[in-house]
Amino acid sequence: MAYLKINKNSIDKSAAEELISICPFSAISYENENLCISQACKMCKLCVNKGPAGAIELVETQQAVLDKNMWKGIAVYVEHTYSKIHPITYELLGKARELASVTNQPVYALFIGSGIYQNAEMLLKYGADKVYVYEDEGLKDFIIEPYTNMFEDFINKVKPSVVLVGATNIGRSLAPRMAARFRTGLTADCTSLQMKENTDLVQIRPAFGGNIMAQIITPQKRPQFCTVRYKIFSALKFNENSSGEIVNMPVEHKKLLCDTEIIEIIKKAKEIDISEAEIIVAVGRGIKSRKDLCMLNELSELLGGQIACTRPLVEAGWLDPHKQIGLSGRTVKAKLVLAVGISGSVQFAAGMRNSDCILAINSDKNAPIFDIAHYGFVGNLYEIIPMLIENIKEANYAI
Amino acid sequence: MEIVVCIKQVPGTTNVEIDPTTGVMKRDGIEAKLNPYDLFAIELALFLKEKYGGQVHVMTMGPLQAKKAVLEALYMGADSGSVISDRRFAGSDVIATSYTLSQGIEKIKYDLVICGKQTTDGDTAQVGPETAEFLGISHATNIVSIDEVKNNYITFKMKLDNTIQIQRTKLPCLITVDKDINTPRLPSYIRKRNICYESINSYCLDDFEDNDEDNYGLKGSATQVERIFPPEKNKDKKIFEGTSGTLTKELYNLLKSNKIV
Repeated sequence: MAYLKINKNSIDKSAAEELISICPFSAISYENENLCISQACKMCKLCVNKGPAGAIELVETQQAVLDKNMWKGIAVYVEHTYSKIHPITYELLGKARELASVTNQPVYALFIGSGIYQNAEMLLKYGADKVYVYEDEGLKDFIIEPYTNMFEDFINKVKPSVVLVGATNIGRSLAPRMAARFRTGLTADCTSLQMKENTDLVQIRPAFGGNIMAQIITPQKRPQFCTVRYKIFSALKFNENSSGEIVNMPVEHKKLLCDTEIIEIIKKAKEIDISEAEIIVAVGRGIKSRKDLCMLNELSELLGGQIACTRPLVEAGWLDPHKQIGLSGRTVKAKLVLAVGISGSVQFAAGMRNSDCILAINSDKNAPIFDIAHYGFVGNLYEIIPMLIENIKEANYAI
Repeated sequence: MEIVVCIKQVPGTTNVEIDPTTGVMKRDGIEAKLNPYDLFAIELALFLKEKYGGQVHVMTMGPLQAKKAVLEALYMGADSGSVISDRRFAGSDVIATSYTLSQGIEKIKYDLVICGKQTTDGDTAQVGPETAEFLGISHATNIVSIDEVKNNYITFKMKLDNTIQIQRTKLPCLITVDKDINTPRLPSYIRKRNICYESINSYCLDDFEDNDEDNYGLKGSATQVERIFPPEKNKDKKIFEGTSGTLTKELYNLLKSNKIV
């Protein structure tokens, strides 16, 4: 790669004026005795070749090549609430196993907290070869500095090639701090991961609000960090016979010290989480008034499912934010999603497209929802839904 | 309190499309705007300034037209702003952007840095925490409210996944805020009329402590985009059309065969 280097000492006012007049793109400016080249520069190199000698130089760079063999293993950060492991951890372990099989590398779990040692074994049963435990009373609550220091210690000692972190509130605070500490790449909210044989990880994620998919790699830095949302990947089946190693890592107390104190922890009221639902009846702006939700609620109950919705219904105050499916809402991976009166924006689709069976009812046959539904019904929901409810009730009474 | 708010100018809409035949990205030609999440960050800064006194300085990294975003913040009530712009910043990924911002922030004296949670174009939500790491200060994300600033400590409520934590941290530190934690005030017409353009300055790479170009732009980035492509459409699909009666029947049968009813 090449770039232009400004030699400040060779540039006085008259040299600057000469350079400014040479540049055909008006990309050069001189202010406060500082010469600047703006983003308008097209690298035509007229300033280098025709300008005052030594003022601007073309420099070729040779980048140091990383020895990828020094970095081995796929590590998963264990997401937990006071030692209770969050299922996203098992999903990431499942994916880690799949990625590791391509390059024949081990799968690690990084477990930081207090009173966590007894739960470490579970991680071995879900795909980890080795669990690294950082156990200390001082790690009971999540505080960014101590957790970052333990994570840093793990990476320095174990040198994993890849680190997967759940895209939870903690994960999205911890992962970027770690990536910056190691000056390495982090791809957020990956929806797909593939391992290359040279140990480069192919990271795919939505961008521009889900309108395009970007395929990203971290070619010259390690570890390769990713965050992944809940319900994107799948956990392996619990394997009673799986064995592995649990390693107790020494915790340096000075690394726990920081100028942050937890004053109080307030437990949030447990809300029904649509991410866990197997059957979902999702409603959108095709529903014309709030009272019509009654009929959809009834259907949802008959199907043994849960109601969810698109963003406009949350903004209208009809349903709670935790019922929203989409990029700025929850991701669901249900057995069945029945999308009623939903046009199917990319933002909504990003939150549910991995579900097993997607049914859609919409009166507009050109609605984008029909591009992602497995079965589409072009019709009037106000006629179909009541009839469907009748059918189901009749069949139930017949039993 | 000296507060810095990091802001970004983003495309006016995220309605972009990949042309399936040429692979080229088509963008609606709508004007750029101030990242919506940043409005909440600016509002919080102004609220703290009103409560504790001090100054609010906004900082943005982008081409010189990003000055518009800075102006909007000034119309809302910010005192001054900087545009960090340099050709050598082109191609910056999150790490290069965060490092560049940290170099800009270090040029001024600050107690608190406030960032919006994410932008509507990159939407990674990483720049805040990474910038804090480069500044060598603590950070907290998902701030819900600020309880108190006293004796060089800030106390706030932050959202974790199952709990809300009340935390006290020594200044300086960095916080990120999500949408809807407050109601951003509108730009003031009076401020717009009386704007002092000298309160906006700009920085380029040569103004920074670290002049090593390898740490910025494409060279300073760790990730590369290999390609972009449109989201997959479901190939395996069946569309039913007809009377409501027929449709209901088909739907019911499907649910039955899937053992839902």
